[in-house]
Order: sequence, then structure tokens, then C-alpha cells
Amino acid sequence: MRKKRKPGDVVFQGLIYLLFGVFTLSCIYPFYYLFINTISSNDLSAGGYIKYYPRNIHFDNYFKVLRISGLSHAALVSIYRTVVGTLLTVGASAFLGYLFTKKEMWGRKIWYRSVVVTMYFSAGLIPWYITMHNLHLTNNYLAYILPTIITPFNIILIKTFVEAIPPSLEESASMDGAGYTRVFWSIIVPLTTPILATITIFSAVNQWNSFIDTAFLMTDTKYFTLQFLLWRYLNESSSLAALIRNSPDMAASIQNMQTPTSVRMTVTMIVVLPILIVYPFFQRYFVKGIMIGAVKG
Amino acid sequence: MAASSGELIRGIDPVHRSRRKMLNKYKLFFMALPFLVITFIFYYLPISGWIYAFYDFIPGIPLSDTPFVGLKWFRTMVSNPTQTAEVLRVLKNTIAMSSLGLITSVFPVIFAILLSEIKSGWYRKLVQTLTTIPNFISWILVYALAFSLFSVDNGVINNILVQLGVIGEGHNFLASSSNVWVTMIAWYWWKSLGWGAILYLAAIAGIDQELFEAAEVDGASRFRKIWHITIPGLIPTFFVLLLLSIGNFVNNGMEQYFSFQNAMNKDAIEVLDLYVYNIAFANNFPFATAVSMLKSVVSVILLFAANTLSKVVRDESII
Repeated sequence: MRKKRKPGDVVFQGLIYLLFGVFTLSCIYPFYYLFINTISSNDLSAGGYIKYYPRNIHFDNYFKVLRISGLSHAALVSIYRTVVGTLLTVGASAFLGYLFTKKEMWGRKIWYRSVVVTMYFSAGLIPWYITMHNLHLTNNYLAYILPTIITPFNIILIKTFVEAIPPSLEESASMDGAGYTRVFWSIIVPLTTPILATITIFSAVNQWNSFIDTAFLMTDTKYFTLQFLLWRYLNESSSLAALIRNSPDMAASIQNMQTPTSVRMTVTMIVVLPILIVYPFFQRYFVKGIMIGAVKG
Repeated sequence: MAASSGELIRGIDPVHRSRRKMLNKYKLFFMALPFLVITFIFYYLPISGWIYAFYDFIPGIPLSDTPFVGLKWFRTMVSNPTQTAEVLRVLKNTIAMSSLGLITSVFPVIFAILLSEIKSGWYRKLVQTLTTIPNFISWILVYALAFSLFSVDNGVINNILVQLGVIGEGHNFLASSSNVWVTMIAWYWWKSLGWGAILYLAAIAGIDQELFEAAEVDGASRFRKIWHITIPGLIPTFFVLLLLSIGNFVNNGMEQYFSFQNAMNKDAIEVLDLYVYNIAFANNFPFATAVSMLKSVVSVILLFAANTLSKVVRDESII
């Protein structure tokens, strides 16, 4: 039933193609703009000449920023919190989510509710800060990974997912004398891989992107993350200029001298790249995450 | 099989079985206990910090050595004129940004409806994939991108605007205090629009295709199909999300405003969350605690109100 196209239809289609084209471009051009500026010669970039394509391509910027004091250490801190923090929260969410499906647990309903309800209230920034301070979690690497261990949303997702697994699978294992831990490792974990992958990727992105906790809890530079350093570079141009002056830059040709702009752009690129690289591979998990969450919510 | 062997065991040794059940009851609890303790420490323990709102607390001096001042810090909000003016300014910003957010929450709905009108599958997919990327970068990164694009001397936006003759000389958009509310909501949707539309796209995909076919046979126009089939199909999802954002009316979060704030736009960008941070940073802990305490209470009330509304209208609770 192919219909003849009306002129109004063609105009409408054309318009929405254009509209989405423009918006999509606005979403990715900033990343592209930064990238071509970091690999073009720095004096052209500083003059604002790099808009559409790179010129005089070089990669010095990337090697040089790594020599800025504190930056590679900050990268390690970011990687540490992303890897360790994610492993802990995924492991804890999976195990606790599974335990909460066990109806025979003493006080199950109360415990489950008291975990879930934390999604909807918070004591506030200052009481939280004072608590962290009293627990000696200021200027402490543990502050990055302990508070996120319990993420109620993840626990809800896993509990819902485990409840959908046919109980006969678990029962037959416990008939063979397997305890809860054994059942968890040999049956629950393999069967929940899709949802575990989803929460892994969400937690990892969240950990990588966090910076408010650094702003609050850390005053010693050795605990700074990449995101926080970037924020400092954006807000304290003078300190950035000083950093560049102090970093050894003898061999650099004049046109590729580091400038505050080149450093800012390169650091931004370094912080954003892991996300851009990971995103295409895990896009379906991201989408799956929001779907399962929506069904529950 | 499994079920029948279960019956068998229960038949053989009921006493043993029920004792094991009793043991399991507590065993499960003790397995969960470490996690419950963590929950308590990081979510419930901080509430005890509310007492700082009732003391003249200065960081570094133990609470036992600080004078108890009762409701002093709550009273300053209404009795001290400069303080009142400041609180009102922050409330105005909060209400403005949250209201703009509520009004524009139809954007993802429109995005999804229009996108599903696009015939070419690969184009649809491309748009969807690329427009969700900004959702996964932090607000610091968004600000860093904005910083480079809008920079006065070499940013591409100023460059092009000057070349086109729209503006005479470079304008520092990010340090401007005008239109902060609008630019903030614009950045918000730049980051969240593609992601926010995913739910609605899924809802559209879930609508029974026969409805559309039947409407087509009846000669319904594109607009009529959207109006009578697509939109009614999206309203339940929209309603739930709307109620949740009413519950979060006073919680704008602070990451976006924290990233974009500077001395020039501070007056218009300070929402409650950011304000609490800023006064705490100026070392006024008790007042910051008092403000965040009130905020928590208001937000719990709003959440309950939204939940009640949901129960009345949809017979279902949102929390």
C-alpha cells in the first residue's frame, strides 16, 4: 500500500531531518573541536584558526601534559577509584540483592525498605561532611570507595532480576547441599551477568565522573582526581601558567609551546577519552539499564 | 524433579528441616549485616549531624565546648534582613530553575515523537547514539567544552559571531550574569535530551502497531495519529517522571551549578544545593546545616505529596 507522497509530507520529513542533524552535530562537534585543536599546532589553535579540520598535526601536547606535576598521579587516583569502587559496589549489590530475595531472612522487609528509602532522602551536605570527617575519611583514599558500596538502585535492579530466575534452579542446588554463598557464585552470578554488566558500566562511569567528593573531602593534592584537577585548571589560570613554566619544555619549538589553553584542552580530552572509547561498546548496556530501571520505577 | 525431591526430604525429617530453617533465618541476616552497617553509617548516621544547626559550631572546636543556641540560625533566616534577602534570592533561583525544568520536561517527548517519524532506520539510530553521549560526561567536562568553545579570544563561537558581524567584539558568555537561568536549562538539555528520550522511544515502540494501521485505513493524517495514538501512549511514562521531578523540586543537585558558577553569575546561579556548599565553604557550618535540614524536610514532604497524588490519580505509588 504505497501511497503517493504529499508535498507537505516531504517538507515535514526534510525539516525533522535537518532539525535532528543540527542537534546531533551540536552534541558531537565540541568533542571534535577539542580534539582537532589539541593535535594542531598550538599557535594556530591559540589564534582560533582551527575550526573544521586539524592543521600541522602533532601529538606533543599529550606527551607534555603527562609531565605536569600531579597529573599522572591524578590519573592513577581516578583509575583506582573507578576500578576498586566499581568492583566493590557491583559485588556488594549483587550479593545483598540476592540475599534480599530470600524470604526466610530475619527482618527482611524492614532491612530492604531501610536500604531503598535512602534513595529519597539525604541528611544534607554538611551533616554528611561532618560524619565523613569524624570517620577520618577526609584526605583518605577509602572515602572514594566506601560510601558508594551500597547503591540502593543497583540492589533493587538485582533483586528484581534474581526474583525472575526460576526457583527450581536454586532449589536443586541447595538440595545438593550448597550453601547460600555457593549458590550465589555458581548459579546467581552466571545467570545475572547481563544486569551485572549494566551496573558495572554505570558505576564505572559515575566513579570516573565524580568530583564533588574530592572538592569536599580532599585538601591534600595527592588525593586529587583528574576531574578535580581539570576543574582547578579551568578556574585558576594563574596556577596553570605557573605549572607550565615549571615543567621542562626546552625542546619545544615556538609554535608548539604549551599555553594554558592547550593544557586545558588536552587535559579535557584525556578525561573525556575513556568515556568516548568505552561508550560505543557498551551502548546497549546503558540502554538496557534505563529500561530495567523504568520497568521497576 | 527438584520439587518432588524437596517433598521427599520434608517427609523424612520435618524436625531437622525446620531447625535448619530457623538457623538459616539468622544466618541470612548475619550475612547481610555488614552491608546494613555500611548503609547505616553512610546514610543514617549523617542525620545525627543535624544537631550542629543548634550550636554556634566552628570547625575544629569540639561540640561540647560550643554554646547551644537553640533556633538562632533558623531565626536569622527571617529576622536578619540581609540574610533574608539572600535566602529569598536563592529560593527564587531554585524555583526558577526547577520550574523551567518542569515546563521543558516535554522536550524529550517531542524529541521521541519526531525521531520516530523519521523513516530512515540508520539515521534514527545514528541520531540516538550520538545525542546520548553528552549524558555520560561529567558537568566539569561539559564546562570544559563550553570554556573552549565560548572562550573570548580564540573560541570558535565568538570567532564565527564576530566574522558574521552579529557581535562587534568577543563576548564572555560564560561570565555573563544575564540569562543564566535560560543558559543553564539549555546546557541541561544539551546533556540530557537524547538520553531522556530513550524511555519515550521505547514506549512508542511498545504501542500496538495495529492501532496505527487501523488509523491509516481510516485515512488519519500524521498529526491525528500522533495526537490520538502516540501521545496517549506516552502520558503514563510522562506522568511518573513529572511526579518524580516534583518530589525533587528543591533538589537541583549542585554539580552543574558548581561547575558553571563564577563571580559574575553567582547571584543568579546559586540554587539551594550550591548555596549550602558556598556558605559551608565560608565556614558557616551551623547555618549551612540549618538550610540543608529545612531542605531535606521540604523535599520529603514534596515526595509524599507527589506519591499521594500518584496514588489518587493512577492507583499506584511512585516510591
